[in-house]
Amino acid sequence: MISKSLKALGQALGTGEISSVELTRLYLDRIERLNPQLNAFITVDAEKSLAQASAADTQRATGTAGPLTGIPLAQKDIFCTKGWLTTCGSKMLDNFVSPYDAKVIENFNAAGAVILGKTNLDEFAMGSSNENSYFGPVHNPWDLERVPGGSSGGSAAAVAARLAPAATGTDTGGSIRQPSALCGLTGLKPTYGIVSRYGMIAYASSLDQGGPMAHSAEDCALLLNTMAGFDERDSTSLDRPKEDYRRELQVDADAKPLAGLKIGLPKEFYGEGCAPEVMQRVEAAIAQYRLLGAETVDISLPNMKLSLASYYVIAPAEASSNLSRFDGVRYGYRAADYSDLNDLYTRSRTQGFGEEVKRRILIGTYVLSHGYYDAYYLQAQRVRRLIANDFVAAFKQCDVIMGPTSPSTAFKIGEKTDDPVQMYLSDIYTLAVNLAGLPGMSIPCGFAEQLPVGLQLIGNYFAEARLLNIAHRYQQVTDWHLQHPTGID
Amino acid sequence: MSLTLEQVRRVAHLARIEVSDAQAETTLGHLNGILTLIEEMQAVDTRGVEPMAHAQDLSQRLRSDVVTEGNRREAFQAIAPETEAGLYLVPKVIE
Repeated sequence: MISKSLKALGQALGTGEISSVELTRLYLDRIERLNPQLNAFITVDAEKSLAQASAADTQRATGTAGPLTGIPLAQKDIFCTKGWLTTCGSKMLDNFVSPYDAKVIENFNAAGAVILGKTNLDEFAMGSSNENSYFGPVHNPWDLERVPGGSSGGSAAAVAARLAPAATGTDTGGSIRQPSALCGLTGLKPTYGIVSRYGMIAYASSLDQGGPMAHSAEDCALLLNTMAGFDERDSTSLDRPKEDYRRELQVDADAKPLAGLKIGLPKEFYGEGCAPEVMQRVEAAIAQYRLLGAETVDISLPNMKLSLASYYVIAPAEASSNLSRFDGVRYGYRAADYSDLNDLYTRSRTQGFGEEVKRRILIGTYVLSHGYYDAYYLQAQRVRRLIANDFVAAFKQCDVIMGPTSPSTAFKIGEKTDDPVQMYLSDIYTLAVNLAGLPGMSIPCGFAEQLPVGLQLIGNYFAEARLLNIAHRYQQVTDWHLQHPTGID
Repeated sequence: MSLTLEQVRRVAHLARIEVSDAQAETTLGHLNGILTLIEEMQAVDTRGVEPMAHAQDLSQRLRSDVVTEGNRREAFQAIAPETEAGLYLVPKVIE
């Protein structure tokens, strides 16, 4: 049962082979048994999950089940979930029981999905290794000494170890794609504006985007169908006609299903900075794509090298503004002792935030401060435009861009914690996609020393269905996405 | 350019975050490391380039001026550190 796709789980529920209560209990048992080794979940509430599962079984009996009715899913603990502890990986919110649901949670509830628990993450989604969580690091199921990536590390570890059939993530600079790569999953960051940010705790609002993390492109398409959609409560939500993201997957294809597809290979992805064993797997995947009929074109994204600089101005600037709401007055952590109002703010924030969050708030406050705004913030936004324009030009030459998701496989816990800049380099291939607002995916494309390697696929705006199909055709002829870690079971 | 300890303290005060004497040097080192990374962008000629605030060229949506949210004061205040008679309590600001 735990090796089944979401579609197959839906069929098993449909035929009565298993009930949602049984399926949910199966996963809850695995969580209870294996989560102590992984630390992938911050909150599990079996009673709540089983009540939802039971309601789903009742709904199915009335003949009104949809494709996700009764399917248990893990939710990243950044999505506000009514009645559930919603911590965002921070001491600041370790007592925050959300009084409302995020739009994404509303959508899953309406679809009849079951919330299996809330997954661990880097505090306020700031990190690439899940080591910045107040609730402790998550362990990679492929090697428990290693990080699962971040910030959606708990979701990635949970799905890889099959403690959940699929999960949600959010991606501000790579936080869906990089952990998907490091844990051997298929993850999709949609075009900015496709998935509502309402109730998704904000890190950098112009970059944050929710998306699915699962075993296959087919599963991601199914989840995106439920996650995406216009929401008037998110001022940057895009009002577009509803799409079926599975539409291209269902078309039968011949031996060369991708004939005519032009894959752009940016020289900036294939130079120095990437581990040779990762590059080898990526190149083998490109060769596989040629067998499926695709052609490759050499392209260039000349400004991509500036994405780290631009991102580490824009994201901290937006974060310093977003996180000013945490002041110990209305919700969240309040320091025990304080002398006056300013002291209440300062002590609550100093004690409630972890080191990386404080660093980014300080950088953000600095780049927005009087006298530095033009030199840093406006310049970063201009550079952001140059980076986005590179993609516009590239998509005149090709249909999809491919390269590595991350420059290395999963690194050791503790390996990069002393040097923030070293940690930031883990996202060199993913940041530009967020700055441009494009959709991007990571799919498993092999192993290097028993650790998963991810292939990144970048599409043009609103090309999710196309991207998912390109990933799906590869997954029809390979089985990297079906591998699972043997060390944990 | 790099920050001085004094600047770090000023920024920390603006952000209402306390940097203790013991942490100050480490924090300064980390922040300057990040600023060095950012420095790479300063030399880029961006004259005539429109700053990009957002991935899509959107203007803010307008809506009718009517109340859409219900009153959920009790639910929201139930999670507050300290309230009284429907008000959030903080230390006295004006004597």
